[in-house]
Amino acid sequence: MDLYEYQAKQLFGKHGLPITAGDVCSDVDTAVAIAESINGPVVVKAQVKVGGRGKAGGVKLAKDPAQTREVADAILGMDIKGHTVHKVLVAHAADIAEEYYVSFLLDRSNRSFLAMASVEGGVEIEEVAVNNPEALAKIRVDALEGVTPEKAREIAKAAKFDEAIQGQVADILVKLWEVMVAEDATLVEVNPLVLTPTGEVLALDGKVTIDDNASYRQPDHAGFDDSAADDIEARAKAMDLNYVKLQGDVGIIGNGAGLVMSTLDVVAYAGEEFGGIKPANFLDIGGGASAEVMANGLDIVLNDPEVQAVFVNIFGGITACDAVANGILQAVDQLGERVTKPIVARIDGNNAVEGRAILNKANHKFIELVDTMDAAARRVAELAAARKGA
Amino acid sequence: MAIWLNKDSKILVQGMTGSEGTKHTRRMVASGSHVVAGVTPGKAGADVDGIPVFNDVASAIAATGANVSVVFVPPKFAKAAVEEAVDAKIPLCVVITEGIPVHDTARFFQYAVNAGTTRIIGPNCPGIISPGVSNAGIIPADITKPGRIGLVSKSGTLTYQMMYELRDFGFSTCVGIGGDPIIGTTHIDALEAFQNDPETDAIVVIGEIGGDAEERAAAYIKDHVTKPVVGYVAGFTAPEGKTMGHAGAIVSGSSGTAAAKAEALEAAGVKLGRTPSAAAELMRQILS
Repeated sequence: MDLYEYQAKQLFGKHGLPITAGDVCSDVDTAVAIAESINGPVVVKAQVKVGGRGKAGGVKLAKDPAQTREVADAILGMDIKGHTVHKVLVAHAADIAEEYYVSFLLDRSNRSFLAMASVEGGVEIEEVAVNNPEALAKIRVDALEGVTPEKAREIAKAAKFDEAIQGQVADILVKLWEVMVAEDATLVEVNPLVLTPTGEVLALDGKVTIDDNASYRQPDHAGFDDSAADDIEARAKAMDLNYVKLQGDVGIIGNGAGLVMSTLDVVAYAGEEFGGIKPANFLDIGGGASAEVMANGLDIVLNDPEVQAVFVNIFGGITACDAVANGILQAVDQLGERVTKPIVARIDGNNAVEGRAILNKANHKFIELVDTMDAAARRVAELAAARKGA
Repeated sequence: MAIWLNKDSKILVQGMTGSEGTKHTRRMVASGSHVVAGVTPGKAGADVDGIPVFNDVASAIAATGANVSVVFVPPKFAKAAVEEAVDAKIPLCVVITEGIPVHDTARFFQYAVNAGTTRIIGPNCPGIISPGVSNAGIIPADITKPGRIGLVSKSGTLTYQMMYELRDFGFSTCVGIGGDPIIGTTHIDALEAFQNDPETDAIVVIGEIGGDAEERAAAYIKDHVTKPVVGYVAGFTAPEGKTMGHAGAIVSGSSGTAAAKAEALEAAGVKLGRTPSAAAELMRQILS
């Protein structure tokens, strides 16, 4: 999960990184109150999980509380690349002499971690990496050794930080690595890290991604999740389903992440022939494909108003197809009148013949059985296109 | 012959007395694998269908000569379990467990690299099977028969699907390397082993969005693999920034896309199928 800037800064503060004074709020009056307590110029920053908010007008300076009111009013509620701004961070506007960049991230290719640092911060680091690669130091961090003060010095030196501040930067790097490990993060980034005219080094903006697999040992992180309770993804999550909403017309249910991803692709290819029919979601009901999970999955997918037809694509590996077929029938029974859209099922693998016989015998008016994945994808795209056109 | 798992493989199961551990131990045994021991701390003296349970990996190896470990322990205890297997110098450790924090995986992987005596497969993988010979993990043993195709895949169900599509040809070994951001055995490791395996004639590579493992595999194939390779990549329709089921399956910015992976593999001479069935068809043409 990617965190908001204010959440990242909460974690920075918790681990002793130097940050500017400030607080987050969701209304103008509180923004003004925060500016009053800071008692100086502030910066009002839209809290959205998307880049380029500065260019979009989501970050503005305010010299006093009156101007804070004006600026916060403009930013709250604004739309940045499809993200509505519900919260703003009001923070002390630090004087900036120089801007730097530091981060730690998971290095999948080398199966360890990577430190990245540059004295050219404040801009998109991808641009520095492309246009001026010598200015970006990349140092491998061993998962077992971590970032010791010596290692931190090595990174600061490699990035060519001025000797006068190498100690301060190294200290920040050690604390930033502590955020990385203690909070089970896969990315911690400070951009910009700034030097003030008085020689202080501060973390002005931060980005943190935390590992969802570690939630069992990070109880505090549950509070970071603010996904709206009324959307389909949140309802699916509450049912413990592995669901991602997409923009399309064919509801997808399958077992196993790879097979479901593949199903989305195959439906999109088949859909090209029918005026651009696309998959409406990713939903992996797990290797076992139990009746209960199938019912929950069908419920979620059928309730998506965009869905015109559903493709249930199951490969019976450990679970036999006759059990899967019975599960599908139980699921449509449970849902009863709520099943109003065609369901194309492809079940293959272990006991496929028995499974298909069960579905054929049931002869449910909304369930159509197709033998292969490719043919089933074509059929469901055709059905979705017909309903969409109707 | 096959790769990594053969008739001499003696399997021990870490977490054998748990429900998943017991269920899959029985499946492995039913498919003819030599499962010689289980390990559950504090349960020494117990047994599962007559297979003895030990307190730790070292004593299980000492008593039975086990040379493969399959790990079913919950995420919380997985790191300790793998490190224990590494300490006991087991040559192959297959980590089935899903949901291990990636910091834990990074540490136990580095621990294994430093020790230099254990290959890790997984985590979050279905395991490895040499059909008709041995099965270490949860891959259904009855999908296909022994044959001369090697298969390496990040995804479990796509592995099963491909085994099924080519069931009349059969496979030397199928390796599910897992869908996590950090995994112990990569596509490249498997490609190297299949290239060197006299009982493998052709290779299927299945990839998916996230990371650059497929691009690296493509570079390796170009330089080192002379056997025919057929490929399939899943996730062309995956949106940026969303995790698609597997913890590692995520497109970040412009990196990790299915298109980039497919392009790299094709440039390396890999024949790519647009769907799993199309990829299987390409393999049929090569072998017929």
